[in-house]
Amino acid sequence: MKRAVAPHLGTIKMRLTCPFCGERDHQEFTYRGDASAKRPAIENDSIEDHRAYVFDRANPDGDHRELWNHTSGCRMHVVVTRNTTTHKVTGCEPVGPWAKTMKARS
Amino acid sequence: MSGFRLNLRDGLGRAVDHDSKINFTFDGKNYEGRKGDTLASALMANGVSIVARSFKYHRPRGIFSAGSEEPNALVTVHSGPRTEPNIRATELELYEGLEVKSQNRWPSVNLDLMAVNQLPGKAFSAGFYYKTFMGPSRPGHKATQFWWFCEQLIRRAAGLGKGASQADPDKYGRMNAFCDVLVVGAGPAGISAAERAASAGAKVILCDESAVAGGSLLSSPELLDGEPAFDWAEERLAELAEHENVTVLTRTTVQSMFDDNTYLAVERVADHIKRPAKHQVRQRAWNIRCKSAVIATGAIERPIVFAGNDRPGVMLADSARRYVVEFGVSPGKAVCVFTNNDTGWLAARDMAKNGVIVEAIVDVRKDVPDNIRAAGEESRAEIFLGAAITATNGFQSLSGAQISEFTETSGEVGRKLKKIGCDCIAVSGGWSPAFHLTSQQGEKPVWDAELQAFLPGGAISAWHGAGAMAGKFGLRHAFRSGEEAAVKALADAGLGEGDSDVPRIEGDEIDYAPAPVFEINSGGKAFVDLQHDVTSEDVRLAHREGFISVEHLKRYTTLGMATDQGKTSNMSGLAIMAEARGKPIPEVGTTRFRPPYTPTALGAIAGESYGHLASERLTPMHDWHVAEGANMYANGPWLRPESYNRSGESVEQAYIREAAAVRKGVGLVDVSTLGKIDVQGPDAAEFLNRIYSNGFAKLPVDKARYGLMLREDGMLFDDGTTWRLEENRYLMTTTTAGAGQVMDHLEYHRDVVWPDLKVALTSVSDEWAGVAVAGPKARNVLKGCVSDCGVSNEDLPFMGVQKANIAGIPVWIARLSFSGEMAYEVYCGAGWGQELWNVLMKAGKRFNITPYGLEALSTLRIEKGHVAGPELNGRTTPYDLGLGGMVSSKKNFVGATLLKRDAFHEEDRLQLVAIKSIDGQRIRGGSHLVKGNKDEPGRSEGNTTSTCFSPELECYISLAMLEGGAARYGEKIYATNPVRDCHVAVEVVSPHIVDPDGGRMHG
Repeated sequence: MKRAVAPHLGTIKMRLTCPFCGERDHQEFTYRGDASAKRPAIENDSIEDHRAYVFDRANPDGDHRELWNHTSGCRMHVVVTRNTTTHKVTGCEPVGPWAKTMKARS
Repeated sequence: MSGFRLNLRDGLGRAVDHDSKINFTFDGKNYEGRKGDTLASALMANGVSIVARSFKYHRPRGIFSAGSEEPNALVTVHSGPRTEPNIRATELELYEGLEVKSQNRWPSVNLDLMAVNQLPGKAFSAGFYYKTFMGPSRPGHKATQFWWFCEQLIRRAAGLGKGASQADPDKYGRMNAFCDVLVVGAGPAGISAAERAASAGAKVILCDESAVAGGSLLSSPELLDGEPAFDWAEERLAELAEHENVTVLTRTTVQSMFDDNTYLAVERVADHIKRPAKHQVRQRAWNIRCKSAVIATGAIERPIVFAGNDRPGVMLADSARRYVVEFGVSPGKAVCVFTNNDTGWLAARDMAKNGVIVEAIVDVRKDVPDNIRAAGEESRAEIFLGAAITATNGFQSLSGAQISEFTETSGEVGRKLKKIGCDCIAVSGGWSPAFHLTSQQGEKPVWDAELQAFLPGGAISAWHGAGAMAGKFGLRHAFRSGEEAAVKALADAGLGEGDSDVPRIEGDEIDYAPAPVFEINSGGKAFVDLQHDVTSEDVRLAHREGFISVEHLKRYTTLGMATDQGKTSNMSGLAIMAEARGKPIPEVGTTRFRPPYTPTALGAIAGESYGHLASERLTPMHDWHVAEGANMYANGPWLRPESYNRSGESVEQAYIREAAAVRKGVGLVDVSTLGKIDVQGPDAAEFLNRIYSNGFAKLPVDKARYGLMLREDGMLFDDGTTWRLEENRYLMTTTTAGAGQVMDHLEYHRDVVWPDLKVALTSVSDEWAGVAVAGPKARNVLKGCVSDCGVSNEDLPFMGVQKANIAGIPVWIARLSFSGEMAYEVYCGAGWGQELWNVLMKAGKRFNITPYGLEALSTLRIEKGHVAGPELNGRTTPYDLGLGGMVSSKKNFVGATLLKRDAFHEEDRLQLVAIKSIDGQRIRGGSHLVKGNKDEPGRSEGNTTSTCFSPELECYISLAMLEGGAARYGEKIYATNPVRDCHVAVEVVSPHIVDPDGGRMHG
């Protein structure tokens, strides 16, 4: 029987506090990149605007707001504020249709 | 060095069982050791002095240290698939039947013919490879012709041990652990930190890399609360192990410190026995998440660099002392201590006290404190102050040392004082705190001029240094700093302070600060990095040639790059560079340590995600497939039947038979693995319309449509059919391997991009079992078993979807075809899957229904020109695959805009074609398409993607991506695969080989 080997390389670790689930290992999350990248509106067909959305990234030294998905947990998207120099995480907020409800409750 | 076992008595050789006998072999020769010995102590007790050959010059090398910092004594353990090279003899515990081989020598460690490498001397100096072998030669390569000529020889001569080439038969475990306070290192500081933390009710994990915890207490001469330090440590560790809140892990090296107080430790569970017991893991990786940590990893003694310092017999002074006190082994018949600090003198005294002959103590300092001079006198050694060892001699091992005058302040070497006979030089150049873990976090170390050492810098994570690691040398400071660190860690964890319990200490109080002497520059080869054969002259050469930053120094000379990561050599290298630059050491800086702390087996990292322990998903019909002789094949996370081999049949024979049966009669295949996503909500239609490149808004209820999904950059992402079950409810199917990614893609767009759209997404891949029934007789099979729904072309036209009932099982039937034949996909609740399969098999019996596997499925779709994973490879657009008709121009969708970029519309892009073998030769997967014959193939104009034998055409065919391929039908070219020595003449044809107008599947 042929097997795909999928080694679970536990090489980089950090902890994220999901606003829905609490503190979890980052291996439960998927990184989705710069949270400031906003897709142009659906009726916008400017190649320049789409190119910027897909490819332009600032690569800041310091605080970076980035999108993560709690893939192996609640599957919610969260915006994590992480310092790219120290890896210190200072925020983890919900986004999406649930964000408003969450904020109203807290 | 000609070491020997001392007369073991009470208090001497506490680490070994005095009455035991352990037999082991080294390079095939039998030796005897004692239980508790390391391989290093046992070899030393047997008088074995040469244990390895060096990396570059193949010089004989002996045991240098007594711990994980060992640069020289690397050996290979076991044989066959268990072979493990580069094991430190100083850590390898002796067991009955242990078989060890030395490394890097040919034919033997005592006679190594590769040692000729040291004759040309200067030829192998720093940057030798860059200077000799880098330069223009072949296009696209950076190496010179001379390199191509020498490569084979060099590869044989260089390198450390050789690993196994077979699969590792051992098992590895993984543990996730949580605690309040992690304590790394169970020496005096670690023990007191763990006790203090436990007394406050904290959950504590205490790790120590040695088999017996205790660190320096195992050989300290002090009395603690009136008893020997060894006994005190043993009692305290036993108490800690009994404590319900404390986990003590020995043989466990904390390899890495990660963000947010996460640590990776590797426990060597069964490396001290011959084989792991049945079901026992060999090693276990611990993911430790703590609230705070106390790092008490101690300090590593460093040598003084002097000419001839790599001769077997030269070793670290404290290590020599440890062999005497802990193992009852004298490192030599006559020992000479060479030091720049007080600890060397205590080593001399402790060795002499236990029966070792110390010939001389050589100290670079002009003056030493009175208590230290007294210790020297106690050792009955000849004392040389303001002196240094300037040369060594001996044939292979050490036999003598030249002592000369030395001025500490100027580094000047004066007149020769005396040549003494000795077979061991115990050298101490001071202590370097082991802050490797905190350095991994990027915390810059700070220079301590008093201690002449780097200390760990400010903490990013919640950790607190204790003991020698934090520059707190000596037992008094160790205990106190251990408790202080524990109190800080307890505060991090939100716990109280706990109770103090520091023992009363009787013993020497000494100053650990060394004289700032790192090297005795008296000419001759003086080694800085013993493992990588980097000499002090190499460091100076790097300086002369401009490689003056520490990072360049490391890469140019390979200083500190070997398996020991320069644990004993970095500091001397930096000091020599600093001197050459005329700058203070802190201005030269130090390199950052990288995880892991010591070499780690890949198995320990892979853990259980390997082989039969890797997770796998099985369809409801899995057992049936296995019982029918299917080879199961991994497809994404799923296991699927590759083919159902009848006795004597090869996989190829089986899939050709299965595919032909579908074309001529009827077959069925398990499609339960397709990704399935339930899409519901008032905006479901709009959402799908934005996700797919073709229109979905107007898809009628009870109809399915094949859809293409693009990435935002315009490349194809996934495909599949989506069925409109109700006005606001769709069932989306995806490729088997793409299901997870597609779900992520949809959720991202729903949550982040268009949160205003009211859509609910649910993964239902596991909820539904699916069977595709395909072939000209498919309708006959269904007619015989379906109720509540007609299956005629009128009742269930191509792409129609209907609810129905098969033998009491509620099902969805969709008229879809991947094979190009008339076909139906039947879905039912997963729990009914096997029953549905049985009913269909029974209904198909009189039509000779044939179950078919992945290979036949693939063959059928290749003949039909349907694309799948190999064509949806992330580099193709819909136009490339001839699917331009599915790109709607009436709406915007994900990827629509960037797909318009000019480069995607150039005529010479790789485009989908089929090729067929002209002369019957097999086309291999991974072949390139070229115009020329085998001798002059010319450049690659494309490549094959999916290859099979076509039962329809009775020849080998392949889908392929070919430059401007859509306009090249009829052209004759070659599919070449030089790796497999294949060069096949092929004809380019349309990818739609079978039934190009679709009459069969629409009929």
